[in-house]
Amino acid sequence: MGQTMAEKILARHAISGEVEPGRIIRARVDCVLLNDVTGPLSFKQFREMGATHVAEPERVVLVCDHFAPAPSLAAAHGLKAMRQFAEEQRIPHFFDVGQGGIEHTLLPERRLIAPGDLIIGGDSHTCTYGAFNAFGTGLGSTDIAAAMALGELWFLVPESVRFMFRGAKRPYVTGKDIILRVLREIGADGATYQAMEFAGEGIASLTIDERMAVCNMAVEGGAKTGIVVPDAITDAWARDNAAPRPYELVAPDPDAQYAATYTFDLADFGPMIARPHSPANVVPLDEVVGTHVDQVYIGNCANGTLTDLRQAVALLGGRHVAHGTRAIVVPATQRVYAQAMAEGLLAQLVEAGVAVSTPTCGACFGGHMGLLDDGEVAITTTNRNFRGRMGHAGAQVYLANAYVAAAAAVAGEIVDPAEVAGAASPAKGGTV
Amino acid sequence: MFQGAAHVVGDDIDTDVILPGRYLTLTDPAQLAQHVFEGIDPDFVSRVKPGDILIAGSNFGSGSSREHAPLGLKALGLSCVIAASFARIFYRNAINLGLPILICPDAARAAKPGDQVRVDTDTGTVEVAGQPFHAQPFPPFVQELIAAGGLVPWVQAELAQR
Repeated sequence: MGQTMAEKILARHAISGEVEPGRIIRARVDCVLLNDVTGPLSFKQFREMGATHVAEPERVVLVCDHFAPAPSLAAAHGLKAMRQFAEEQRIPHFFDVGQGGIEHTLLPERRLIAPGDLIIGGDSHTCTYGAFNAFGTGLGSTDIAAAMALGELWFLVPESVRFMFRGAKRPYVTGKDIILRVLREIGADGATYQAMEFAGEGIASLTIDERMAVCNMAVEGGAKTGIVVPDAITDAWARDNAAPRPYELVAPDPDAQYAATYTFDLADFGPMIARPHSPANVVPLDEVVGTHVDQVYIGNCANGTLTDLRQAVALLGGRHVAHGTRAIVVPATQRVYAQAMAEGLLAQLVEAGVAVSTPTCGACFGGHMGLLDDGEVAITTTNRNFRGRMGHAGAQVYLANAYVAAAAAVAGEIVDPAEVAGAASPAKGGTV
Repeated sequence: MFQGAAHVVGDDIDTDVILPGRYLTLTDPAQLAQHVFEGIDPDFVSRVKPGDILIAGSNFGSGSSREHAPLGLKALGLSCVIAASFARIFYRNAINLGLPILICPDAARAAKPGDQVRVDTDTGTVEVAGQPFHAQPFPPFVQELIAAGGLVPWVQAELAQR
């Protein structure tokens, strides 16, 4: 019987057990990721386990990104614990404030992952690495501690669900809209404990950045991972950027078994928006047009890439953030920040009245750098709009792509980006 | 065996709602316990008595991988969580930390706030206001983890063999 991508990757890493959906196996892992939120608890559990040394320090990656730079003494304590653990365990891949950025955008740009990898992270959005044809999955601190101590972990082999995309995207539609469309279809637990497989010409047309946006939110449907079928784009990325170790692209067998198959035509939908308070509460953009926004937030591990910053500048460049609205843009990593600076994107954002932040998970998870008060409304390119996620439980968060978020910053309300783009910008001598 | 009053919550309760992000710098379970459900139900913490049981709908614990959520629930004194279904990471985290969980859609549907609930984890029997239900059994390996008292003692034993 044929295998899915998830089954093939698990089979290549299995130490014991039969790789068949529903079975439990033990497998070695290629990369173990920790951040400053899940790290400190993990270090505590590691010591409780009686472990004295990390089995394979070169496979561990420590990233200071959540409460970074430290907004409080408690946060400073957590960041210090990261530094100490890196030092004590001689972990080479440690990224402090100013050296890295948001973990899931960072690892692929620093040659730390490769196609076919099995990657675990103390962060639910570890599924992002499916964009690179890897099996990434999020876990809690204790599982991560176990993997550091043993160099392996137990996995329940997931069933796979196939999502086929044909056709071409409409204007202002991005990877974000594709995954929101999927979530609208399957709901917040439609793929619990399953692996999503993204395939078809519609996915092949996406850049690496947009594929990351798609895979990043697989977990919002409950999935264990979400993996893109490899193609020439995956191969080209891997040749220049994959971790320096042998790798192999993993394609599904033609006779692989799926729990379900969904087919979408990209020509069928425009930009999508998730309304409060669930990433699966998705509607077409036009259903929420006219909603006032107090804050616009462009950034996070799903959509803080150079592609997103360029999309934001396409709407905000030469224009200004509306009176009564504030906008925050967070380049995902130091390299994204540097490139955005070199391209003049950051200068245009600053001139438009945007607060440009250093790379951080920041307000996305309600940590710092732009929390919302009771009754406030935000539109963000982040991945979660749960009640209270970005601050007060009485705040309302809408999730959208960077074009739509930037257009809302200009208009002060949710609007079709085509309308903002169609209006001549003051900088170009027109009237608004 | 657990016995206590039911606290009932709905479907899709995510870990941000259980333990908001701004408290994730805390690692002391007792401190985390003080913020459980703070955003949606500020009095929840004061209503829970040791041994009480949390009953939830489907997809309990969705979202973030933060172990702060099950740690807070356990430290608050809740003896176990019964849900129609659990999100994947929460399910693993609870078992790893030794917070008893049971998947029992019928009990989740039947329970009302304040109902007396009795749980026999050996047989998987859940009694809600005198009415018996049966929880889904765990796979053998997960049972082994539960019997060991969670992942920490299980890894301790593994390391001892190496």
